[in-house]
Amino acid sequence: MSESNTIAAREAEIVEAFSLLDSWEEKYEYIIELGKQLPPLDAKYKLEENIIKGCQSTVWLVANFENGKVYFKADSDAVIVKGLVSLLIKVLSGLTPDEILQAKLGFLQDIGMMSHLAQTRSNGLRAMIQQMKNYALAFQSIHS
Amino acid sequence: MIMETASAILNTLPVSEIRSQFPLLQRTINNKPIVYLDNAATTQKPWAVINALRDFYVNTNANIHRGIHTLAEEATTAYEATRLAVQSFIGAAAPEEIIFTRGTTESINLVANTWGKQNIHEGDEILISAMEHHSNIVPWQILCAEKKAVLKVVPVNDAGELIMEEFEKLLSPKTKLVAITYVSNSLGTINPISDIITMAHNVGALVLVDGAQATVHLNIKVQQLNCDFYAFSGHKIYGPTGVGVLYGKQALLESMPVFMGGGEMIKEVSFGKTTYAVLPYKYEAGTPNIADTVALKAAIDFMQQTGIEKIQAHENALLAYSTDKMLQIDDLHIYGTAKNKTGVISFLVKNIHPQDIGVLLDNQAIAVRTGHHCTQPLMHRFGIPGTVRASFAMYNTFEEVDALVKGIEKSIKMLL
Repeated sequence: MSESNTIAAREAEIVEAFSLLDSWEEKYEYIIELGKQLPPLDAKYKLEENIIKGCQSTVWLVANFENGKVYFKADSDAVIVKGLVSLLIKVLSGLTPDEILQAKLGFLQDIGMMSHLAQTRSNGLRAMIQQMKNYALAFQSIHS
Repeated sequence: MIMETASAILNTLPVSEIRSQFPLLQRTINNKPIVYLDNAATTQKPWAVINALRDFYVNTNANIHRGIHTLAEEATTAYEATRLAVQSFIGAAAPEEIIFTRGTTESINLVANTWGKQNIHEGDEILISAMEHHSNIVPWQILCAEKKAVLKVVPVNDAGELIMEEFEKLLSPKTKLVAITYVSNSLGTINPISDIITMAHNVGALVLVDGAQATVHLNIKVQQLNCDFYAFSGHKIYGPTGVGVLYGKQALLESMPVFMGGGEMIKEVSFGKTTYAVLPYKYEAGTPNIADTVALKAAIDFMQQTGIEKIQAHENALLAYSTDKMLQIDDLHIYGTAKNKTGVISFLVKNIHPQDIGVLLDNQAIAVRTGHHCTQPLMHRFGIPGTVRASFAMYNTFEEVDALVKGIEKSIKMLL
């Protein structure tokens, strides 16, 4: 599998899982379930410097760089945001900085969750994606 | 008995008739009829307002006060007719006391930047309350920092009411201004504004009333209240966005320095010296928001024709009904349980983030506000990050309250 396929395959898997869910209730119940399943971030990482502050909910994001790949861990105080955070980690964690920087994350549109990236949502999700890319950029420049 | 029934009928608001006059309320979202309960943020607009706005651009549009042609004259008359309507609506003594601004925020900033700069000095004190909206905190913080004055805060009790004993203790001859909201946007608390004004005047302080939330629910009579300044926004009383009002006692407004310089606010300009226009134009530099100001009159007429007492009675009934219904939901806690409050219900459900409820209600076409409602200090007071807030207007129904309650129950089931 080529590197560019990795993201595509991961996104396709999520889109397929959502295609089985008909109603908005099922979709959100799935996201809520993902949010509950995402292991809470260790208290030692819940630092001010790891906070991505939305207006309403808070996201914590931690990144590690190992063997040329970036690994993310994250948490949120709101469970729906946490579920969406879990999807972003599924797609982006364990990829190279290049792959992360090029990711368009079209799956959010396909599963009907784009509205959560709208500026008015103020849930930190939009800023979280930016921060994931910022980490990728930082690791890329260290690496090169 | 018969008399009572008759008066009950007379006092009942014709809600379905009213709803038919608000086109947005006919909208559906995700094939569900919209339940709009974010009225404390902004109200929807009746056809009368929408038509007035459209009609102005279609038939009357011209710049005001300077032109001699017919359109300019008609536009000026329409603009000034709103000033007269506002004067009568809030019971001001003269039209000169009504200054048009962009909204409550600009009205408060106008006072801070004119009266405040002239009259606040080092060591003076400005008194606000713990339930103020950020727009009635930040302008005073800026002023106090600049003037080395002191901002003091009247605390609230667990019910979300001002602690009047503390207010009394904080008042002193050093107090130059009490800037306080009439109604809390987050909790709905109606403050005892008349007492506050009397007590403040007794120590020689002026009073600015933030009327952003009160004007749509209560009968406002500024002369009876005897407040020195009163600020409110058009869009929260069924009018357009981008237009608001600052009321000030005439002598006070006359003594204050100008705010913004430009056209309209001058009498004569030379490079050596400029003299300023008389009230209210002194504070209305530049071309104002003419169309929205003209349409604001339609909103005021609409409210007056409907009858503020009837609106109030209907909203109180909605509040009582929804409070009762919502308290039956397990682990739901209402913030703001003042004896005297408007149709606002702020709540949290144990172990659930307010945003999660907001998102799930949105999917059910129920529009509520979640978050800190621009009152972060108040949220800190209660030790919470924010609440879910449902706020009622004249067009809301008991069925909509039922939909809200069902929606909350469904959301909780999905989240827990």
